[in-house]
Amino acid sequence: MSDLLTVEDLRVTFPTRQGPSEVVRGVSFTLGRERLGIVGESGSGKSQTGRAILGLTPPPGLAVARRLEFDGIDLRRATARTWRALRGTRMTMVMQDPKFSLNPVMTIGRQLLEALKFGADETRREAKDRALAMLEAVQIRDPERVFRAYPHELSGGMGQRAMIAMMLVTEPDLLIADEPTSALDVTVQVEVLRILDRLVRERGMGLIFISHDLRLVSSFCDRVLVMYAGHVVEELRASELSKAQHPYTRGLMNCLPKIEGGIRPLPVLERDAAWAR
Amino acid sequence: MGEVKLSVDGLHVTFHRGGDTVHAVRGVSFAVAPGESFGIVGESGSGKSTVLRAICGLAPTTRGQIALDGAPLGSPRGAAFFRSVQMVFQDPYASLHPRHPIDRVLSEPLAIHRFDRREERIEQALRDVGLGHEFRFRYPHQLSGGQRQRVAVARALILEPSVLLLDEPTSALDASIQAEVLNLLDRLRAERGLTYVMVSHDLAVVAHMCDRLIVMQHGLAVEQLTSQALAAHRAETEYTRKLLSASEGYTPAEAP
Repeated sequence: MSDLLTVEDLRVTFPTRQGPSEVVRGVSFTLGRERLGIVGESGSGKSQTGRAILGLTPPPGLAVARRLEFDGIDLRRATARTWRALRGTRMTMVMQDPKFSLNPVMTIGRQLLEALKFGADETRREAKDRALAMLEAVQIRDPERVFRAYPHELSGGMGQRAMIAMMLVTEPDLLIADEPTSALDVTVQVEVLRILDRLVRERGMGLIFISHDLRLVSSFCDRVLVMYAGHVVEELRASELSKAQHPYTRGLMNCLPKIEGGIRPLPVLERDAAWAR
Repeated sequence: MGEVKLSVDGLHVTFHRGGDTVHAVRGVSFAVAPGESFGIVGESGSGKSTVLRAICGLAPTTRGQIALDGAPLGSPRGAAFFRSVQMVFQDPYASLHPRHPIDRVLSEPLAIHRFDRREERIEQALRDVGLGHEFRFRYPHQLSGGQRQRVAVARALILEPSVLLLDEPTSALDASIQAEVLNLLDRLRAERGLTYVMVSHDLAVVAHMCDRLIVMQHGLAVEQLTSQALAAHRAETEYTRKLLSASEGYTPAEAP
């Protein structure tokens, strides 16, 4: 399997009044054309890892890495022009909350067409058809209406699906999905995941799936990185999550309530200062 | 069922906005026994939170009746009602006043209901939810999400209510913090014989916390079942089965 993305010793720091605070502390992994899950609790640095790969670390934050390569391109030295050619077309990101990631004063249709940047060989009509087909592919029942709608006229689930359509319409090679389904209902969540799954299988897309939901990630991804305090504490195949070695991973698994009933009170995660090193 | 603490009978809630009429709850009935923990499960827009809000008087009761200890509730709800029924909201970041220290958050309900021994009660309430004395004069922004939700629970419990309405009390929290808050709620119910009505979109949380539950969809209660039935996957309706399979995690294709 050829590596689509190589990350070596990625570090993200933010200056604070108490001195620099390192939120991602030496993360390394490679990604092929597969589904990689990054799991962790809030503040574990999982989202900042995703953002840093796309060069989207918000200032004054600073991301450095020993190696950061996407399909042979060194992203550390990428110019604004290179980023423009990559972001939105070859590598894209789905954010958590559609309310803050869609432009409120543009219709969904215009935002979709903007993402497409259709060339000379494609007319506006054809681009629109492609956009409508994509909206249909993300299970939007009435794509024509959604195409004309403004973000505030859509529910959270619809907005999220429209945003996923926007990110996928350019058929990217790499999709970083940051909690793409946390705001959605469970039944819709499964539908959205099926769309992502199909794209990985049929088109060989690489997917980084960032989530706090260990159960979901283990059933959806091929491989899982478990992050704690900016470190990857454990990397394992999703199917072998039940055999996790690290006490943090096991604690996260055990503290989830189960439908089948289980232990009362729930086992509580005991944190060990040594995990953060 | 013998004794009934809280009963909701044929509840309808309609909202009017502009020319639109939204029928959020369309005939929901259930009864909760004293000391029972009752769950309401549903997806967003199913009307599950509206049922809780209607019990509190925060949403209008268009039709139907809500009764506490057998007595139908008046509108607006009186002070006595809030002494016995309190609510914990979903978002601990939005439900605490950002410029009130915890001490004020906890002393306000005591002042409104003219409780005595306020000092003692505030200290006790903080201890009950596992927060130390040092949290008393902090502001909400100095607390983590789990600590804030503990404050929200303390605020609800400081009036010594008998019924607690819980609207997605842990959905804004991390899994490990969720376990702590659920354990806290479990312990408090056992210690004080509280009655819970808990709303959640998470079947596992409701199955863990509640004895019986209803499943809501489009403002209707489509099914009522016990958590044992849920654990054994003995669901009657298609929708509940769909919810159950979706909560198990991702499955590549629709099960036949």
